Amino acid sequence: MKLDLRKLKLRKINETLQSIDPKRNNKKYTILNPEGNHAIGVGLTDDIDITVKGHVGYYCGGMNQNANITIEGNAGTGVAENMMSGKIHVKGNASQSAGATAHGGFLIIDGDASSRCGISMKGIDIVVKGSVGHMSAFMAQSGNLIVCGNAGEALGDSLYETDIYIKGKVKSLGADCVEKKMDNKHLKKLDKLLKKANLEKLKSKDFKRYGSARKLYNFKIDNVSSY
Amino acid sequence: MKKNNKIFPRQSWTFDKYTNSEIRRAAETGIYDIRGGGSKRRLPHFDDLLFLGASISRYPLEGYREKCSTNVTLGTRYAKKPLELEIPITIAGMSFGALSGSAKEALGRGASIAGTSTTTGDGGMTPEERGQSNHLVYQLLPSRYGMNPDDLMKADAIEVVIGQGAKPGGGGILLGQKISDRVAEMRTLPKGVDQRSACRHPDWTGPDDLKIKILELREITKWKVPIFVKIAGSRPYYDTALAIKAGADVVVLDGMQGGTAATQEVFIENVGQPTLGCIRPAVDALQDLDMHRKVQLIISGGVRNGADVAKALALGADAVSIGSAAMIAIGDNDPKWEKDYNKLGTTAGAYDDWHEGNDPAGISTQDPKLMKRLDPIKAGKKLSNYLKVMSLEAQTLARACGKNNLHNLEPEDLCALTVEAAAMARVPLAGTSWIPGINNK
Repeated sequence: MKLDLRKLKLRKINETLQSIDPKRNNKKYTILNPEGNHAIGVGLTDDIDITVKGHVGYYCGGMNQNANITIEGNAGTGVAENMMSGKIHVKGNASQSAGATAHGGFLIIDGDASSRCGISMKGIDIVVKGSVGHMSAFMAQSGNLIVCGNAGEALGDSLYETDIYIKGKVKSLGADCVEKKMDNKHLKKLDKLLKKANLEKLKSKDFKRYGSARKLYNFKIDNVSSY
Repeated sequence: MKKNNKIFPRQSWTFDKYTNSEIRRAAETGIYDIRGGGSKRRLPHFDDLLFLGASISRYPLEGYREKCSTNVTLGTRYAKKPLELEIPITIAGMSFGALSGSAKEALGRGASIAGTSTTTGDGGMTPEERGQSNHLVYQLLPSRYGMNPDDLMKADAIEVVIGQGAKPGGGGILLGQKISDRVAEMRTLPKGVDQRSACRHPDWTGPDDLKIKILELREITKWKVPIFVKIAGSRPYYDTALAIKAGADVVVLDGMQGGTAATQEVFIENVGQPTLGCIRPAVDALQDLDMHRKVQLIISGGVRNGADVAKALALGADAVSIGSAAMIAIGDNDPKWEKDYNKLGTTAGAYDDWHEGNDPAGISTQDPKLMKRLDPIKAGKKLSNYLKVMSLEAQTLARACGKNNLHNLEPEDLCALTVEAAAMARVPLAGTSWIPGINNK
């Protein structure tokens, strides 16, 4: 089923996607002429496939549950923000705060992601085939951030239990973020996620793992220079 | 010098006993003081205003017989289902985590009996709270702890929290002592860590982004429920104007007497503006944009009784919100726990170490033994009694001013006791027709 944003209002398109009757409705949707519109495909709850033919604005796929969204273009701020489950695939680049606060699901970005990728992430798995900007995984709580390119300044600042895997260079690490040992458990997990992103060619051993030193988990005056 | 009983030892005004104790505490511990609550210093407040009452030039209403309406509708601008409340007093956002589950339940019960709303907080929505609240406002905070679309769809309104009167520009803290298994699970955090809540939202900055964020929330909730924007009493004119521009249905404005679960004492006492000084600039913004009464204004921060309610409404608010007062109503700082307060080095009325989780009243704690001290049904009844008394008090004052609706109160009904209050509230100093700065708002 084709939904054209030049002909239909955003509300109508989202209403259609939010009110799926599994017995009667089509499970495949194509959104035409997104033209950078915001809040496309937000608050979805059903296991449907959506292809967006072009660039999207802010918060595409926000709070997604179960839907599988492919964006054939670039994505604006906060793509897949607070996603709970499902999959979002950005075939271009993503702006800042991609996957912000997301609790679950899978986000793949074929290009680069800007600053604060995975900020406060709470369980999502994110694979960025390019590089990520500064403050990525800031205060990240859970889940995995995999970057096949480089990472900008202050990676993983004040993070909790998220695992970060970087193949390229890291400009600098944020407070309490340290490089950690990559054991078999982590190699296996990374292989699985790379495969899920169709990146079987990449070798997990070429990545470095970063995580929390857990020194700032409880306030100590001796750590005051870290704040 | 010889001892002379006629000379009284002079204490310094600058280095008073409290100041000195703080210097000693800092020197001893090496850390700033963290506490709960709002500003404790003397500030210009509603006490500095008086109602004039009716006389020959104004016609009063019969105190016990003539109708004086209290109901208010919040969210009339865009929402398909605005909040219809029986009284213009709501319960402010307080988190499960900062408060016990039974305290949250008590707030929901009390608010529902009184016909008003209660609000979640950092950490998400609990079933106890949702189950007992007829009208529940779901907060969207920078941390997004516990934020999920299923709960969002259960909300009767959404409140995008940008600031809090106790700490404009600051984030939250929930110390490890209060991160129980349940709190940790709801917030996706390891048990026992000092949990920090960010001061900025992770996926938007500035008013233009906020407009898009509000659009997203409306699209997710199908334009059904009102979107509130909560701001701290920082720059009330501009922040109110920007919230309106961003598409808010309701602006919640929290002055510096507004409480917090925990932040630095230096922050609470030195950042933000008193509630009294925030109302008129916010109303100016609403009026300048022709949005007064179309976008509703909720005022919070130090509201304690029906007189405060009536004064806030007279200055242009549509409703008020209470947090600290609601906690006191359900048992916080009750003198019956004085011995326990003494053991903690404090006294009833002054206890503010809510972050430590040892609250003798069983409210700001996650300790199962202490939590048992609070009966949510009895506490809920107390809160509803208190809310009803506040409403009756406000009605009494409104009738005395000749008003058959609390929202008909106006600045003309007031005078001020101090020059400061006269300037902030823009009402005449008592006994004069002088409103300081009236030509220079």
